[in-house]
Amino acid sequence: MESNKRGWTTQWAGIAVLALFALLPLVKTSDYQLTVANNVLLWAVFAMSFNMLFGVTGMLSFGQALYFGFGAYSVGLFAYYQGTWWFLPALFLGMAGSGILALLIGPLVLRLTGVYFTMLTLAFAQLGWGIVVKWYDFTNGDDGIQGIMPPAALSNKVVYYYFCLVLVSVSVWFLWRISRSPFGLMLRCIRQNPSRVRFLGRRVKRNQLRIYVISAVFTALAGGLMAGVDNSVHTGMWYWTTSGEVILMSILGGMGQFFGPFVGAAIMILIEDMVGARTEFWSMVIGIVMLTMVILLPKGVVGELVQLKERLFKRSSALGV
Amino acid sequence: MEPVLVVDGIEKSFGGLKVTDKVSFSMFPGDLTAIIGPNGAGKTTLFNILTGHLAPDAGSIRFEGKEIAGARTQDIVTMGMGRAFQITSIFPEETVLDNVRVACLSKLREATVFIRPISAHKRATDRAYQILESLGLEKFSDRRAFELSHGDQKLLDIGIALALEPKLLLLDEPTSGMSPEERLLTRELIKKLWSLFNLTLLFIEHDMDMVFGIALKVLVLQQGALLVEGTPEEIRSNPEVITAYLGEEL
Amino acid sequence: MDPSFLVIQGISGLTMAMILFLVASGLTLLFGVVNVFNFAHGSFYMLGAYFAYTFVSILGFNFWVSLLLAGVAAGAFGMLMEMLFLRRIYGRAEEAGFQILLTYSFILIIDDLVKMVWGTEYKSLQRPDGFSGSVELLGMVLPSYNLAIIVLGLLVAVGSWLVLSRTRGGRIARATAIDREMLSTLGVNVPLTLSLTFGIATALGGVAGALAAPLRSVTPGAGIEVIIDSLIVVVLGGMGNFWGALLGSLIIGEVTAFAVAFVPDWASLFSFLVMIVVLIFKPEGLFSPAKVRRA
Repeated sequence: MESNKRGWTTQWAGIAVLALFALLPLVKTSDYQLTVANNVLLWAVFAMSFNMLFGVTGMLSFGQALYFGFGAYSVGLFAYYQGTWWFLPALFLGMAGSGILALLIGPLVLRLTGVYFTMLTLAFAQLGWGIVVKWYDFTNGDDGIQGIMPPAALSNKVVYYYFCLVLVSVSVWFLWRISRSPFGLMLRCIRQNPSRVRFLGRRVKRNQLRIYVISAVFTALAGGLMAGVDNSVHTGMWYWTTSGEVILMSILGGMGQFFGPFVGAAIMILIEDMVGARTEFWSMVIGIVMLTMVILLPKGVVGELVQLKERLFKRSSALGV
Repeated sequence: MEPVLVVDGIEKSFGGLKVTDKVSFSMFPGDLTAIIGPNGAGKTTLFNILTGHLAPDAGSIRFEGKEIAGARTQDIVTMGMGRAFQITSIFPEETVLDNVRVACLSKLREATVFIRPISAHKRATDRAYQILESLGLEKFSDRRAFELSHGDQKLLDIGIALALEPKLLLLDEPTSGMSPEERLLTRELIKKLWSLFNLTLLFIEHDMDMVFGIALKVLVLQQGALLVEGTPEEIRSNPEVITAYLGEEL
Repeated sequence: MDPSFLVIQGISGLTMAMILFLVASGLTLLFGVVNVFNFAHGSFYMLGAYFAYTFVSILGFNFWVSLLLAGVAAGAFGMLMEMLFLRRIYGRAEEAGFQILLTYSFILIIDDLVKMVWGTEYKSLQRPDGFSGSVELLGMVLPSYNLAIIVLGLLVAVGSWLVLSRTRGGRIARATAIDREMLSTLGVNVPLTLSLTFGIATALGGVAGALAAPLRSVTPGAGIEVIIDSLIVVVLGGMGNFWGALLGSLIIGEVTAFAVAFVPDWASLFSFLVMIVVLIFKPEGLFSPAKVRRA
């Protein structure tokens, strides 16, 4: 079966990429490279869990920063007030809390569709951002929280990197399994034809809520781990531009492809990193890249590559090769 | 024998305009019934009411003995009412196999399983292939649904409905937009599916060859009301029907 | 409580409302006519402010002339964006997502363009001659520039409405929203209509930025603040609804002004709260009866 074959290709490509990430600490020339790689991994999880909503189910949430910030600040606040020991429990508490928050907000935002859904997710996220910025006594407001250290066992940069890599691999595996499962098929069907899904006897909103919660949990994981990479959290993590950034990553890599957002995250982080070192105008470069992509390569980097491959394959088989 | 469906005096108005006017009829297991009527007679509205897309203003609909008037679509479907659409309603970017398989999974209550891959769901997969074969679509099973011809997409739509093993299947103009050859094939196919799957079938159709070729019973709707019902022979010779409807078309 | 305090806050809210309305009316017009959700609309507000700064403080033009020129310049920029880029994605599958992305990329580009051209430091603009002080009205001392903005905002509101409802161009624009194909068979140049609508909408945003410049400092990033507020306004009023945008602006302007007065620390949260409540209970907006819009 062709679809299964493509599934295998994707799976092996994913394993190969994660293996490359695992080799990086052996060949790196500076800790900084490790930080960049870790950034790529965590943003990739963030973008992939967002894409489960957008690319798969067709829900354009503009408020995923809410769960990213929530995860990051759970770790940040616990570590700040309770001490380093709380880093790991807080990471999982943040994921659980994010899931519960999504379970509460989800039914409200899912009452709406299309642009209205997008706007309501934005409003909730901005509300969260506003609270964090204004609640200075508790959150330090715009000053953020510095000096967040992972527990002693993970305090080594390389160890922490592998710790993240393992959790990222598990998350990617889990999301991959979802996308290959009946539930994943159901979500894709909801994107393409929600009213027909109702005629299969299935509840559209309930399934949308399920994936909304799952997405929030993994987003919080990415946020929480990020607190240990930068050793700090800041209010920008809650701001709508953060939500915007994962949308860009998904489109850039290809929202129709499982690993598209991963590739998009890598490209975006590397552009920020390389351009940021040379000019302060890196956001213009991202803007121009994005503009070009939207106009010329709407399927994203991975999507266009897959299409190119399919076209070449078809041509060669037509020639009888 | 217990009726599958008893429709009793349902009514629906849109802003003062009666689109369904005291319609009553029954369907028994194994029935193969056609609904005919001029455009605007309220045929599709009737389907929309039966499947919970619209709530009737008055009247009752009992499906397998349970009242379903105004119930939610997904609940009615779960009880065993299937529907294929006049305007083809499929999942265009999924493979032909997955279009049917998602319905099979849904019927087997495995549609929201995650972690276990789809291909590991053998029962649903086998069932989906079986349905595709009965429709003659098995050779396209790995194609994306949007690549199919219009006629094949309509068949796929029926296949999705069939996969739910409906106790009553509603088909809304199964041959609309088809070429004459496709129509002929579809007519034979529907007859074949009806006996193969022991279906109870209610279909809307404009193609009179199809109606009089396969239907066992015919309902004639006019301006929202049921004008007459009977066997194809009775309908063909009914003077009211001839003046109201058939006269212009036949 | 001192009643004049309430009036002053009310005036300040009205001023904010009028500036918001100028931005939001353009946004809602684009949504209604072109069916585009312009995320970069706030950037044209910012461009308007910088253009006005350039004309007044560097070139020494008269303030009111500069206001007009800033609008024209922002509008020209907007038309270019539509003709060179947005036009290419009309009718594409999942167009809404691509619109958001494309206009989002313009936020990034325009933000940095502004930094390149004008630098990152704050710019300020003097109030125009004759409006730098205050006037006494009914025994209260009111800032005259704020009153000028309110009057001007109302004039633009009525003027735009007249153009939309009474002129041939306005009628064509409104018809474009309903059926583009039909209009092009009638010989209407639909692409031009869309570009012009884009130009006018972004020009309104530019004028708003120029008007607000003497009240707030001119900074890169001003566009981002204003786009969120005007989004809220548009959603409140019902997307594509002109008078709804006015009502939404008044609500947000006044709510914010009084929130600033009474709970200054939490003021910025109130507009989001209003938006959440409205979206949950009346997603089609306050102004549009659901049935009419869905018919």
